[in-house]
Order: sequence, then structure tokens, then C-alpha cells
Amino acid sequence: MTPSLLIEQTLNGVQFGIMLFLMSAGLTLVFGIMNFINLAHGSLYMIGAFAGAATQAATGSFALAIVAAPIAAALAGLVLESALLRRFYGRDHLDQVLVTFGTILALNEATRILFGLTPLRMDLPSALAGHVEIIPGAPYPTFRLAILAVGLLVAASLYVIIMRTRLGMWVRAGASDRQIASAMGVNVPLVFAALFATGAALAGLAGVMAAPILSVQVGMGEPILILALVVTVIGGIGSIRGAFVAALLVGVVDTFARVLLTPALGGMAIFMTMAAILAFRPKGLFPAHG
Amino acid sequence: MADNPPHPVRWRDALPPAILIATLAATPLVATAIGDPFLVKVATRVVIFSIAAVALNFVLGFGGLVSLCHAGLFGVGGYVVGVLAWHDFNAEPVWIFHGTSNLAISLPLAAMTSGLAAAAVGAISLRTSGPYFLMITLAFNQMLYYGAIALQKYGGEDGLQIMSDVSLGPFDVSNRYRFFYLALVVLSATLLLTGRFVRSRFGVALRAAAQNETRAIAVGIDPWVYRLVAFVISGALVGVAGALLAAGQQFVSPVDMSWDRSGDLVVMAVLGGIGVVWGPALGAAVFIVLELVLSSWTSHWQLAFGLLVVLIVVTLRGGLADLGRALAGARRMEAARG
Repeated sequence: MTPSLLIEQTLNGVQFGIMLFLMSAGLTLVFGIMNFINLAHGSLYMIGAFAGAATQAATGSFALAIVAAPIAAALAGLVLESALLRRFYGRDHLDQVLVTFGTILALNEATRILFGLTPLRMDLPSALAGHVEIIPGAPYPTFRLAILAVGLLVAASLYVIIMRTRLGMWVRAGASDRQIASAMGVNVPLVFAALFATGAALAGLAGVMAAPILSVQVGMGEPILILALVVTVIGGIGSIRGAFVAALLVGVVDTFARVLLTPALGGMAIFMTMAAILAFRPKGLFPAHG
Repeated sequence: MADNPPHPVRWRDALPPAILIATLAATPLVATAIGDPFLVKVATRVVIFSIAAVALNFVLGFGGLVSLCHAGLFGVGGYVVGVLAWHDFNAEPVWIFHGTSNLAISLPLAAMTSGLAAAAVGAISLRTSGPYFLMITLAFNQMLYYGAIALQKYGGEDGLQIMSDVSLGPFDVSNRYRFFYLALVVLSATLLLTGRFVRSRFGVALRAAAQNETRAIAVGIDPWVYRLVAFVISGALVGVAGALLAAGQQFVSPVDMSWDRSGDLVVMAVLGGIGVVWGPALGAAVFIVLELVLSSWTSHWQLAFGLLVVLIVVTLRGGLADLGRALAGARRMEAARG
């Protein structure tokens, strides 16, 4: 492996990790705080990608698509949460799995009815379509760099919001003890709804940013959902910091495994990494509770 | 806990599964009478997925473990049969052994292999619990899935066609009717076996650990051991189901191992009712018939199906097996009110 290829693949890995972080942030917070396993999180990613592609097709504006995607996903998340999923916060995990599994089937099929079977494409504006030479002789796609920047920005703002603001304090209070937080005057249902919508918006953002690289199609949410679950488990459920570290780890390991091994074996590498980590740390790298 | 060992088998408990088996056993007769052999194919599928769902429910309903890797283990069993038949057909030895299309050899091997895979997955996954367990088994399912795709020699992503005729000892079971009855015998054995396990001391300990882990530990039960043994038994049984599917349709493919198939198995179990051993068999039957009927109406049947799953979770908590009791309860409530 030449140095330039090494750098390129490392950047690819980090960029994929950042995408995974956007997916897992919502998943891990919703789980850590509401004790709710949302398998339909991948559908929100898909909704983001489709909303982005449809917006671009209708208006021709890439910027508008990037803005519309997280909004659409957040709205979908809000509707889903308030109409259905909210009733399942207190139920056991089996019921949660089933209800979100049913939701995935229904949302996938609904998307298929709306948009058909042919994958949609999202085109990049010329400013982002080119390459940048970070080091001489190794051009790197500008758009992937933009993803990296956006992801890091989101991660930093999430950290600031959760650790430094009143809203973040409520979220943390709800995470450590829902009942006490409620007794102290935190409007827990409202915080939950806001949190769910935020997680959905991040998933939608990840979806629309992945859209120009991958194709926009039904079922695109499930592979990334499973990787996001792996990230969540490795990082420790409920831990944003854990999700960040684990997302980068998973992104880099996955990228390199696919380059160095055959594609199918490379697909297994990440699960082996997870098994190895969990064999020693069953609660993940940064357990949020105890 | 209300019931203590030993649990005598009451005829009331044995009646529903007996009716189920008898109904299934009569299907080929009906198929012949109306001249529709497709019915036997459907019934075979029902029987095979019943075995898988009953096997899953052994850990799900009685062990309280929501496993999402059972489709993967199901596929492991299928691939053992497929790979052995491939070696038989191509006359290429597996290491020092010959391949075989004899289910008397490949079925037990399939059970052993998927049992071993379950032991490996369980040993790591069972160190965790609840949501972690669920997510980890889901990840392991994908690992097995990609593992099957990586078997380039055996078809990779396209799956593996079984070219030779499968037999069971000296009997040729490539006949559709014979194969159906073979599967039905395996289902009956699975029901009897799991019923025994659940009622045994082992089963009581397993259920106790699921209901209250702290108390179980306090009375000297090590939940990890019981859960692992249950997981291995369940894995071996689901492997047998996978082996039967592969042998029955002469084909095995990674598609049957994807994680949504694991979800389907959980839906089958819950649909039928996870509180009784035979519930998931009923659930599998309803699931497969529903899938067939809905998909003949519209290509977008998954929309209706997904909504139906949601509706079931919202309303029918004990599954179909509990429907009678739920209705009786509603009538009693009505009577009490009126």
C-alpha cells in the first residue's frame, strides 16, 4: 500500500466514520435516555436521502436539498414518535423491536410506491464535484472533505449543546434518572420528542450526504442501521463520546478491511472487531450507566 | 412462579398442537383431492418455518432472550446440507471425507454445526443482556450472512443449487409428499422435545432466570450456563430447519440469512404467542399463508404486512394462542360491567 493510498483510505475511513456517527448519535441518545431501541432509525436516513433527491429534482438546488433532508427526516421522526413509538417507551424490548420492524417494512414499501424501483441520483454542484490535492499527487474528492467538515462541526455542536446548555442538562438528567428529572420539573415527554426529532434530523443529514456517493434506493437504510448499531454497542449505549470514538474506529476498520480483504470477508471484519471488543468489555468502551 | 416441577402433561395443553399437526398431516390429502400440488409446497414451507419459530421461541419465550441471529444459524444448517451435497455431486472429498446427499448424515451434521455456531455466538452475546444482546445477535447475524456470501466456491451471493437427489438412509425423499412427511415428523419431534425441556427442571431454571435474574442467582442458578445451553439447543434446532429448507427446495442462498429473516422469525413467534411451545408454529402458519395471500393481491403487500405487525404489537399482546383467552376475558369484563 503506497503512502498516498494509505492517506486516501484513512480519509475515506474517517469520513465514513463521521457519517456513522451522525447515524449513531440519535440512536444512542434515544436508547440511552428513553431506553428505546429504534430499528426504524435507518428509515429516517432513507427519508432524508429521498427528500434531498426529490428536492434537488424539483428545484435544481443542492443547497436546498441539504437543508430539506434533515427537516423532512425530523418531521417524519416527530410524527412517528408522537403517533406510535411514544407508547412503547415503557414496553419491553421485544415489543420495541417488533413495532419498529413493522415500521421499517411499511416505510420501505411506502417509499417504493412513491418513488418506484429505480434508484434516484443526486448530482453535486460544480463547486463540490472536483478534487483537492491535500498532499501532492493524491487528489481527494472535495465533497468527501465537505462531509468530514460538516460531520465534525455537528459533533462539536452536539458536545457543546449536551455538556454546556440547559437543554443538554435536561437531556443528561433524563438519561441518568427519568423519574427524578420529571419530579424536578423537567418536561420529560417534550425533551424526548425534541431528542427524537434531533436524532432523526441527524440521520436525515447523513442520508442526504451519502446520497451523491451511493445511490438513493429503498432499503438503503438497513445496512447503515446495522453498522450504527454496532457503533452504539461498541461505544457503550447512551454515550455520545463512545459513539464518536466507535464510529471512527468502525469507519476506518471497515474501509481498510474492504480494501485489503475480499469484499465479503471485509464485510465480516467489523463484526469480528465488535466481538473481540465485547468479549473484554461487554458494556462497550464508554459505558454510560455504571 | 405459579407452576412447580414436575409438570404433568394435561390433555388440554396437548390438544392444540395435536390439532395443528393433524391439520398439516391432512394437507397432502386435500392437495391430491383438489389436484393442487402447490399446496404441499406451501405446507412444507409452513412446517419448516414452524420448526424454526418453535426453536427460536425456546430462547425467546422461555429464556427471555430476543435473538436476531436465528436466520444466520438457520442458514448455517442449510449450507451444511448444500455443501455436503455439492461435494457428493462433484465427487470432491471434504478434507478426507466424501460429500453426501444422505440426510441421515447431513441433518445431524447440520444440527451440530449450527449448534457450535450458536455456542460461539452465545458465549460472547450472553455476557451481555437485554438490548445489548439484541443488537449483538443482530450483528452476528450479518457476520454469518457475509460469511455465506464469502463462500465463492459455493456460489457466493447467488446461492448454491443442490444437484443431487437427497435421500434419508435408504429412502429417497426427493418426492414432494415424502419430504413433507419427513419435515412434519421433525416438527412433531421438535414440539415434543421443546415441551419436555420447558417442563423439566432445566426449563424451570431457564424461565426463572428470565423472570427474575437476581432471585435465580440467589437460589443458586447460574443464568449464563442455562441460557447458553438453551441457546445451543435452539441454534441446533433452527439449523435442522434450515437444512430441511435447503434439502426441500434443492437450493440454499444467503438471502435466507439476512437479518430481516431473523425479524420474520420473531414476528412468527410473537404472532402465534410466545407463552406456549406450539404458539410459534401457529404463528409461522399464519405468517406464511398471509404472505402468500397478500402478495397475490398486490406487489406492495409489505406495506400492509408492516402495518399489520404494528397493529398486532399494539393490540394483541399474547399472540394468537392467547386470542381465545383474550376474547373470554373481554366477555367477562362486559358481563361484570353489565
